[in-house]
Amino acid sequence: MSGIRAFGAYIPLTRLPLALISGRPAKDGGPEKAIASDDEDAITMAVAAAIDCLGSIDRDEVDAVLFASTSYPLREKQGAAVIAKALDLRREVHSADLSGSLRCGLTALEWAHDAVASGRARNVLVLASDCRMGAPRGALEANFGDAAAAFLVGAGDGIATLRGSQAISNEMQDLWRLEGEDFTHSWEDRFAIQEGYTPNMIEALRALFARSGLEPGQVSRAALFTPDARASASLLRPLGLKPEQLQDPLFGRVGNAGAAFAPLLLVAALEKARAGELLLVAGYGDGAHAMAFEVLPGIAQLPPRRGVAGHLDRRRPLRSYDAYLRGRRLDAREWPAGGDVGLSATIRFRERDADISFVGAACTACGLVHFPRPRVCYGCRAKDQWRPHRLSGSVGRVLSYTFDYFFPAAEPPTIMTITEVDGCRVNIQLVDVRAEDVRLDLPVEYVFRKIHDAGGKANYFWKARPVAQGEIA
Amino acid sequence: MSESIRDKVAVVGVGCCKFGENWDRSREDMIVDAVYEAYEDAGIEDAPRQIDAVFCGAVYPRDGSSEVAEALKLFGKPISMVSDYCHTGTDAFRFGAFSVAAGVYDTVLVVGFDKPKDRGVSGPSINFDRVRGLPSTPAGWFSLCAARYFETYGAGREDLARIAVKNHHNGTLAPKSMLKREITVEDALNARMISWPFGLYDCAAQSDGAAAAILTRASGARSFRDDPVLVKAVTIAVSEHPQRDPNFDFLGWKPTQYAAKAAYAMAGISDPFRELDVCQVHDCFTLTELLTYEDLGLCPRGSAREHIASGTFQIGGELPVNTDGGLKTFGHPTGATGVRMIYENTLQLQGRAGPRQVPNARLALSHNIGGPPTTCGIAILGRD
Repeated sequence: MSGIRAFGAYIPLTRLPLALISGRPAKDGGPEKAIASDDEDAITMAVAAAIDCLGSIDRDEVDAVLFASTSYPLREKQGAAVIAKALDLRREVHSADLSGSLRCGLTALEWAHDAVASGRARNVLVLASDCRMGAPRGALEANFGDAAAAFLVGAGDGIATLRGSQAISNEMQDLWRLEGEDFTHSWEDRFAIQEGYTPNMIEALRALFARSGLEPGQVSRAALFTPDARASASLLRPLGLKPEQLQDPLFGRVGNAGAAFAPLLLVAALEKARAGELLLVAGYGDGAHAMAFEVLPGIAQLPPRRGVAGHLDRRRPLRSYDAYLRGRRLDAREWPAGGDVGLSATIRFRERDADISFVGAACTACGLVHFPRPRVCYGCRAKDQWRPHRLSGSVGRVLSYTFDYFFPAAEPPTIMTITEVDGCRVNIQLVDVRAEDVRLDLPVEYVFRKIHDAGGKANYFWKARPVAQGEIA
Repeated sequence: MSESIRDKVAVVGVGCCKFGENWDRSREDMIVDAVYEAYEDAGIEDAPRQIDAVFCGAVYPRDGSSEVAEALKLFGKPISMVSDYCHTGTDAFRFGAFSVAAGVYDTVLVVGFDKPKDRGVSGPSINFDRVRGLPSTPAGWFSLCAARYFETYGAGREDLARIAVKNHHNGTLAPKSMLKREITVEDALNARMISWPFGLYDCAAQSDGAAAAILTRASGARSFRDDPVLVKAVTIAVSEHPQRDPNFDFLGWKPTQYAAKAAYAMAGISDPFRELDVCQVHDCFTLTELLTYEDLGLCPRGSAREHIASGTFQIGGELPVNTDGGLKTFGHPTGATGVRMIYENTLQLQGRAGPRQVPNARLALSHNIGGPPTTCGIAILGRD
């Protein structure tokens, strides 16, 4: 047996009110989309969703990590390996990327079940994350949103078990993006929906019902990818589903999250689910893929997490469309951002535990925690007596801050702080907060983000971020 | 107990070129201007015969020591180059003084210089060669104490602005300073923000410049001048990294505290506020000068604000600080700054400082703090 043991989600704090795109003022409660800020990408969002999913689960139990994304920034070099290192997973973890199609998130979820069912892996971490762009002021720009979803698939009873799965493959050019291009293209949307989305989704879902013996009436919630706010509703009648069975697709709040879209809606459905319920999830892209999960009693014991609901509650609307353009490097600028050679690969290699895993060291003689790991202890001057100490999951506090107006940023100032975490001082940026809300002793958590694009690549480290009210343990 | 440097070495000549955005002056021009003024000041007419060694300081050296040898046409001499953040000039001076005190050389030249204004940018460099600790600018490093100091002692940006106003005024009295413009507290408070709490006027003027000093054995000093200035103390200290030090309190800078303790012991000073007559301190940022008052023990911790308000450290106050405008307006060519302070203190001790003269100055301190900050250099000169 294999099943979902845990789930998590990440929706960026930053929201772009859709009114700003067309130059109108943003209204409270008006439609918006979630956007990765300029220090986030598909990798950092996947890491955040994974942390939400794993909670206190021992990370050494993870045998494989599958990363599904159509917008991971590198053509050659694996994203899952960066994620595995950021999560401080063990060296023997099997890491792989899936890409190309918007349904690759569900492909990863099915393959994770296969790997566990075959006995090849105890636990597989499935991450779907996308940060796609439509051309500025085009229809797709308002449609797309950025988000990530995570599942831990393991053996035995979890919180939901796979009751059926059906994929179909279909060749047509309705949505595409060429190598090196920033923006997704679409053929005329009525063609894409009438000849692509609708018939493929119906075919996959009907086949799922037929093969599994499940009935539409048994479904509590259907988490269906949809290319716009209405298209999924048109599937209901042909499939024998009712509107109240449809999971809210979150248009106007998150947007079409690409490979993460259907997985994100499945997370939202699981958050509300009770034991015995049947959940459907279906994704679209070069065909369609439908899966059915039965919710198990274990769901009642799942520790609280942010999930979709927690992230929807915490939002920061952008004040201008220009700030969005700057963050996406879509504004005109004299020098390309980070156009120099940037980071030395050898330094990055040597410092990977500190920079990617955010792992410091505790002195085994006196216990004092250091970041990064030095040779000689600040506390007792013992030499080379260390055990690794991961800082990424700890809560710190702000000891000092400044607002820097020189460092390139879509929305200056960049907030630089010294934080104290586990008795250790860390010089680190503070994000997801407005300057006027920064104060001494502010409690912070740590998030994996991009620092800059030197050498034309994403250069990652961690940043501090205020802990939300009521979230401090 | 090792012997103190006190009274073994004398300064017998100083020189300084005009500091500023010296677009039409090369590094060679500035080195020659400063050194030949020092030669003249010491009455040196045959430098190859009279100078035994040269100690240089530059944070951005171009061709190492040979740049100075070529500029001065001083060949076959031992020439050393110090390059270590903002105390570079003071450290070059320290090496020169120690070499004379050790009896290795009779007379040495110390020259500090830098030319940052050929880089094509007016702000700090943006580093992209790492991911940790970014952004990383001097303004960001030196602002680390601001939030907690302000909260603990009730100080604020107005107190910093008053320091900028003082140093802008003093700069108008120094012929070789870069900026000669009075400003108001409002000007400082309303300027564009660089790195909170530092607005434009809280930051030192980055400039080009060079300064020089001639050191000789105290016993032979009067063969150069009849008013030599004696080295009472010169020391540096390297502290914990304030961004990592688990015990750092964000209320003052340890490098200065360490170096001051050692320097006062060397010079035999027990009450610096009463005994010192004039100070040149490292005002890279206004808050640095404020904290330095306290770190040097010139006033109790937390009391700087009252002394700023009452004018203690103005020319005409009880202990004038940065009589030539300091880094703020005289300029800050990094490697030159420590030597420029030696130049100013020597003029003050010899009664040659013109409208900014502190009456009857007998004991003068100069101070640099550099790095994140982690280093401090202090030199104390005296007439008696």
